[in-house]
Amino acid sequence: MMRNIIGAILGIALLAAVGSAQKALKGSGSGEQILINGGGATFPYPMYSKWFDTYHKKFPTLAFNYASIGSSGGIKQVTEGTVDFGASDGPMSDDQLKQFREKRGCNVLHFPTVLGADVPTYNIPGIKEQLNFTGEALVGIFFGKITKWNDPELTKANPGVNLPANNIVVVHRSEGSGTTYVWVDYLSKISPEWKQKVGVAGSVNWPVGLGGKGNEGVSGQIQQTPNSIGYVELIYAIQSKMTYGKVKNSSGVFVSANLASVTAAAARASKEMPDDFRVSITNADGKDVYPISSFTWLLIPEKIADATKKKAITDFLKWMLTDGQNQTEALDYARLPKPVVDKEMKAIARIQ
Amino acid sequence: MAATTTTATPARPSGRAQSFQQRLRAGDDLAYMVTLVAALTILAVTALLVYELYVHSALSRHKFGWSFLVTRTWDPVAEQFGALPFIYGTVVTSVLALLLGIPLGVGAAIFLAELAPPKISSGLTFLIELLAAVPSVIFGLLGVFVLIPMLHKIEGPLRSVLGWTPLFQGPFYGVSLLSAGVVLSLMIIPFIISISREVILAVPSDQREAALALGATRWESTWDVVVPYAYKGITGSIFLSLARALGETMAVTMVIGNDPKIVTSLFAPGYSIAAIIANEFAEAPGELYTSALIELGLVLFALTIVVNGAARLLVAGTSSKTGT
Repeated sequence: MMRNIIGAILGIALLAAVGSAQKALKGSGSGEQILINGGGATFPYPMYSKWFDTYHKKFPTLAFNYASIGSSGGIKQVTEGTVDFGASDGPMSDDQLKQFREKRGCNVLHFPTVLGADVPTYNIPGIKEQLNFTGEALVGIFFGKITKWNDPELTKANPGVNLPANNIVVVHRSEGSGTTYVWVDYLSKISPEWKQKVGVAGSVNWPVGLGGKGNEGVSGQIQQTPNSIGYVELIYAIQSKMTYGKVKNSSGVFVSANLASVTAAAARASKEMPDDFRVSITNADGKDVYPISSFTWLLIPEKIADATKKKAITDFLKWMLTDGQNQTEALDYARLPKPVVDKEMKAIARIQ
Repeated sequence: MAATTTTATPARPSGRAQSFQQRLRAGDDLAYMVTLVAALTILAVTALLVYELYVHSALSRHKFGWSFLVTRTWDPVAEQFGALPFIYGTVVTSVLALLLGIPLGVGAAIFLAELAPPKISSGLTFLIELLAAVPSVIFGLLGVFVLIPMLHKIEGPLRSVLGWTPLFQGPFYGVSLLSAGVVLSLMIIPFIISISREVILAVPSDQREAALALGATRWESTWDVVVPYAYKGITGSIFLSLARALGETMAVTMVIGNDPKIVTSLFAPGYSIAAIIANEFAEAPGELYTSALIELGLVLFALTIVVNGAARLLVAGTSSKTGT
């Protein structure tokens, strides 16, 4: 009896294995089904899966498979060559580019896809207004130098708001993340001291504060802790209808983050866009610019040996920059400004 | 299977002349080999784990040496890594969990095994075993949404009674070493109860009857005879739950505050080894960073051995004194 059951199970397993092997053969051999693997940043994941899904419906033989394993993971995997493309919220460093060249024998290209932003969010009992924050105030708070809500740096920026004399509780992300990268990148542009003592990375040695896991961890912690402040990704704040502060930009205007003010940051920065697209747009110039904004990138090797894959990837990039951009705002992502799109269109030709 | 074993066994004494197949059919050899393979597999997996952790932490071990264990800085940007705040957080929360969990767990086990009416006992035991199967993220959520608001309420009384000790100083944000310890204690209690209960039930009823016959009350027979008899099993359940407390990740990271500082106060936030590995491993750029996180894994492994060893010595010490 037992033997029969085991036999039956083995038989089924064998059949399944043969079946999937046949499928796999079909896939790579006849060129009917092309599977392109990628992985990386979690922030643009909802956008990417929407794009990949739409594109797959348009071209049923093409399937993109994206694993949202985090930006560092995306960089590691594309460097190792285990995926066809990577994705990251922060540009690769010069060291990482060098490593890529050594391992893969060609360069890696950065393609901005959409924009994101970080917003300060807070919980002060009795205060419902949208508060104004200067860069200096945010640096001071996250350094632990501004410890009370009625500090002059805060009251000056918020006339008419009765800020309490309570101690500020700082909340930050506990895990490494692109959101943190953008936040500390902004702080270090405001304060040379921050740049030198804390620095810019996906996770840093925070001078003060509690760590919450993910946007939801940070916002949950803030909701539970009176007099706390933290930062979350703009889309998360919009979708969970949170109150968040305005931030003073380099032209001296307090700007609320929204899709337009984030795209404006990219449009300003795109005038000095380097050819490799590795650019930070935090604290960009311009009156209408939200200063804590950032691109997110696809990382694509310059040389793709497989001709069908190469065509599939370049075709997708062209589609993403044109039709794809029209889908961004429905999902609360800020679209790329036109000059950046034009520049990227030209850069696609560099994929060989 | 059982039938073949019983019919074949009598033929066994004829010994070496048997063919290999016959000996296999005799069952004993087969059972020996199968169980040996199982035991060796566990050993091999453990050895492989330690080997992998050791090899992949080489970069960090060479750079920081033993000072890794006593350094307080964890700075991914400057690539300065030290394990001390994480070791501290792990040990403090686990010890706190045991302090809260042992009296409650063992007490409940004694009640369920010895004193409760059988119907209540079996019903409660079923519920407790369900509790042991609850995923840790649920315990984390319970901590965030139920336990922390409750702790906020008892913060005042706690301060007025114990506020003079260094353990209850400073502001209380909810997430803290205290919250992590309490959540961990809730997680380990089902283990302590369910194993201890089984062990107490396994005490031969002769023991109880003898004590009662000598004029002991029911409680005296339980506390002076049954519990000492089950002592080894109860401590075993405590070791198992200690191991769970040391390695618990998800629930801890949700309530501990994730701040790598060493503060004596239980109201202060902290960080544990398992929590930082889970938080930072996926997004750790740079080989030294990854290697330092892997070394933390090795430290956790060593810490588990050291803490368990210390607990065992403690148990050996007390049990020789009490003469059990």
